[in-house]
Amino acid sequence: MIRFTVNGAQVETDLEPETPLLWVLRDTLKLTGTKYGCGIAQCGACTVHLDGIAMRSCQMQIGDLEGAEVATIEAQGTPEAPGPVQRAWIEHQVAQCGYCQSGQIMAAAALLAEVPDPDDAQIDDALSGNLCRCGTYPRIRAAVHRAAELMREDTQ
Amino acid sequence: MSRAGKIARRTFLFGTVAIAGGVALGYYVVQHPHDNPLKPGLDPGEAALNPYVLIDADGVTIITPRTDMGQGAHSVLAAMVAEELDLAWSDIRVWDGPPGAAYYNAKVAAEALPFSATDDGFVARNARAFGGRVAKVLGLQITGGSTTVPDGFDRMRMAGAAARQMLIGAAEAETGISQADLTTRDGHVVTPDGEAIAYADLAVQAAKIAPPDEVALKSPDDWRYLGQPMERLDIVAKSTGTQGYGIDIDLPDMLYATVRTNPRRGGVVRGYDASKAEGMPGVQRVVPVTGGAGVIADSTWRAMRAAQEISFDWGEAPYPADTAQMWAQLEASFTEALQDSRFRDDGDVDAALEQAGGEVLEAQYRVPHLAHAPLEPMNATAQLKDGRLDIWASTQIPMYVVATATRLTGLKAEDIHLHNQYAGGSFGRRLEDDFIAEAIELAMVAEGRPIKMTWTREEDMSHDFPRPMAVSRARGAVADGKVAAFDLSLATPSVAQSQGGRLNQPMPGPDVAIVAGAWDQPFAIPDYRVTGYRAQPMVPVSSWRSVGASGNGFLHDCFLDELIHAAGADPLQERLRLCDDPLSRGVLEAVGEMSGWSGPDMGDGRARGVAFTLSFGVPAAEVVEVSQTNAGLRIDKVFVAVEVGRVLDPVNFDNQVKGGVIWGLGHAMNCELTYKDGMTEQRNFDSYQGMRLYQAPSIEVRALENGETIRGIGEPAVPPAAPALANAIFAATGQRIRELPLNRHVSFA
Ligand code: FES
Ligand code: FES
Repeated sequence: MIRFTVNGAQVETDLEPETPLLWVLRDTLKLTGTKYGCGIAQCGACTVHLDGIAMRSCQMQIGDLEGAEVATIEAQGTPEAPGPVQRAWIEHQVAQCGYCQSGQIMAAAALLAEVPDPDDAQIDDALSGNLCRCGTYPRIRAAVHRAAELMREDTQ
Repeated sequence: MSRAGKIARRTFLFGTVAIAGGVALGYYVVQHPHDNPLKPGLDPGEAALNPYVLIDADGVTIITPRTDMGQGAHSVLAAMVAEELDLAWSDIRVWDGPPGAAYYNAKVAAEALPFSATDDGFVARNARAFGGRVAKVLGLQITGGSTTVPDGFDRMRMAGAAARQMLIGAAEAETGISQADLTTRDGHVVTPDGEAIAYADLAVQAAKIAPPDEVALKSPDDWRYLGQPMERLDIVAKSTGTQGYGIDIDLPDMLYATVRTNPRRGGVVRGYDASKAEGMPGVQRVVPVTGGAGVIADSTWRAMRAAQEISFDWGEAPYPADTAQMWAQLEASFTEALQDSRFRDDGDVDAALEQAGGEVLEAQYRVPHLAHAPLEPMNATAQLKDGRLDIWASTQIPMYVVATATRLTGLKAEDIHLHNQYAGGSFGRRLEDDFIAEAIELAMVAEGRPIKMTWTREEDMSHDFPRPMAVSRARGAVADGKVAAFDLSLATPSVAQSQGGRLNQPMPGPDVAIVAGAWDQPFAIPDYRVTGYRAQPMVPVSSWRSVGASGNGFLHDCFLDELIHAAGADPLQERLRLCDDPLSRGVLEAVGEMSGWSGPDMGDGRARGVAFTLSFGVPAAEVVEVSQTNAGLRIDKVFVAVEVGRVLDPVNFDNQVKGGVIWGLGHAMNCELTYKDGMTEQRNFDSYQGMRLYQAPSIEVRALENGETIRGIGEPAVPPAAPALANAIFAATGQRIRELPLNRHVSFA
């Protein structure tokens, strides 16, 4: 039995330890906000937080997660109460197809937790592992800046 | 309580009972135009007969029968109806609707005709009208060709206006108040004394009223949604991870699957050994599918892992086995026998070039095969139970999917239920239904259980129907500092022929896509000729964002740039001088102004290039600025101007144009599909990257709205991006790169 938490909830599973976290999230826990895009750490669609750090869940074997805290896009907020990064994404209407955006938002949230007011270069560094085939990059940059503002407002 | 108030209550009760399944205004005549496709006098009343407005007790649902692949089709189509029907934005609900011939796309076939968008002559106009009629006959419910907005613009607004009139008529019947005294507001009919009757309460009565023959549309001055920034209907879902895509479908009792077929497209499978895969955890069975085998398991990952353990004996590729042979085949295609079209032949090119003698410029260019690779890999879910087939998948061709399903299952069309899904991108990939057919094949052996079939990225990239490679041979001459002669020959396999073969539809006549974005450019070069050559089919190919123009923009504009350079003229000024279409001149002037154009050289290792392509009726000009850095070449800035007649959805418009530029630049920088032993050498995003965030330039977009025809913008920003970048690289480095991707010759920061 492997035990870890996802969005604060305890998960116990007897799946093979080499099972990628991505597929446990999607197929077992039905947390489908996290997406499959490449399976080889090249696209970032599967980005989640592991103990607060942005990680590619397609590369994380659950056998290595004993006791870990995993957070997914679903922990960032809901349609009724979106979190600050999500609000910035809504305000700037970033998404086209939207398929990459869970991963983009998770990468942005991890960056903002560490660097509250990132410049463009820091944003580029943190999010360049996240492909967007639709080409929403200009809006992503703007939305990260806006999210930084919203987070400051929220804490004031 | 006022009379209207009482009646509203009474009819509500009546309504809820009667509306259980929903009442579609005009629904009963849906099939009408298709029983009598050429019935005279059909067109004027058409909108009133189209089933776009569904009202039930919960309110209004707008049917948006074009697939939303990220281009915002649902939002903009809904806005057209809502504008006329008078709905509150927050109340709008949309549904793809069932596949239906009534949802034909009149613009797709029109685009396939050999008349340039700037040609408004009698023959061109009639041919376009005939094209729409053909689409109607064929029931082409297609999403593509940047046609959603132009095709929907009148139809959807008229559908909204017709429904509104019927609802007002219903209110008159219920209240006795004359229609002239009734107005509408936010989903209600409003009486003179301010009583508001919800549309839902009037729906049943309204459905009994004959659709009006004529409707008056609002003046654009009175629009409250169209032309204004709107919040996309899907934006909250897509920002919170709650937007459902095909890949997210979850059904009771569902099994998961993946498929592997011969990576030599169209090759057979001679046999396979699945004994290892069959014994792996979670695997239920391994079954043959056309061209390969599918693994059905209790999770996607277990299916994918097991599929890797099947050893296949693949047959040979029915096309040249490697890229070098393919180039050779293309280069051998410039023959009289393979000549497909010569839509442009101005002046006397042969004489002009002969006269120029030794001064003739000649160059060969080429563009590679390219994958669509939307970020959501191809997937489909299917369930065959009790003589009924349900399909959950995202497709741009719902009618063809139903036809495929009838062919595979032997069921009647009415027993096939396609639930079209939001797509995680497409770029033309979902104009093919191969992956859906595989899911159906699996469902046919799954004893009633739903099967969700998901491709690995590797299967997706190696089983695409790519944008075909193309070769151009260009010759030209300059005189007195001007471009004087331009002779362009283009050779590529025909996309229409490849698609037509799969759809069992002959594609007679020349394939316009072979020369699109080249033959139809608005330049008055005295001696000017464009010839298309239809190369023998190689790998199966399909439409890729901006189709023929995607490569021809580069092949045409870069050689024009060479000629302008040889003439010693300014790249922007000479294009302007040559351009004989006022709308096209407008976009060239606009990018000149936006970029502060003062010539290609900007000093300090910085330079800029300009390019122009007219495609899908949209003139698009782009200026790309680059700089040389220690890490390599950087794209700093892009200026884009496009002429679309009218912008209906400004935010989405901006997003589409920027996305198109990034798509064009990213693929030009570093993408190609190459073949070895009949298979693609690129299998995933490690070797097929496109643009990443750190490479994304700042992009300034300007929409011009001078044209009389409204145009779609999903594609036209793509074709000029690659040549503008290549021309900028020439300006910066003196290096004229005549093939894509550019990183074969320069490195990018
Ligand atoms: S699916 Fe994990 S990085 Fe692409
Ligand atoms: S929005 Fe489509 S991949 Fe990013």
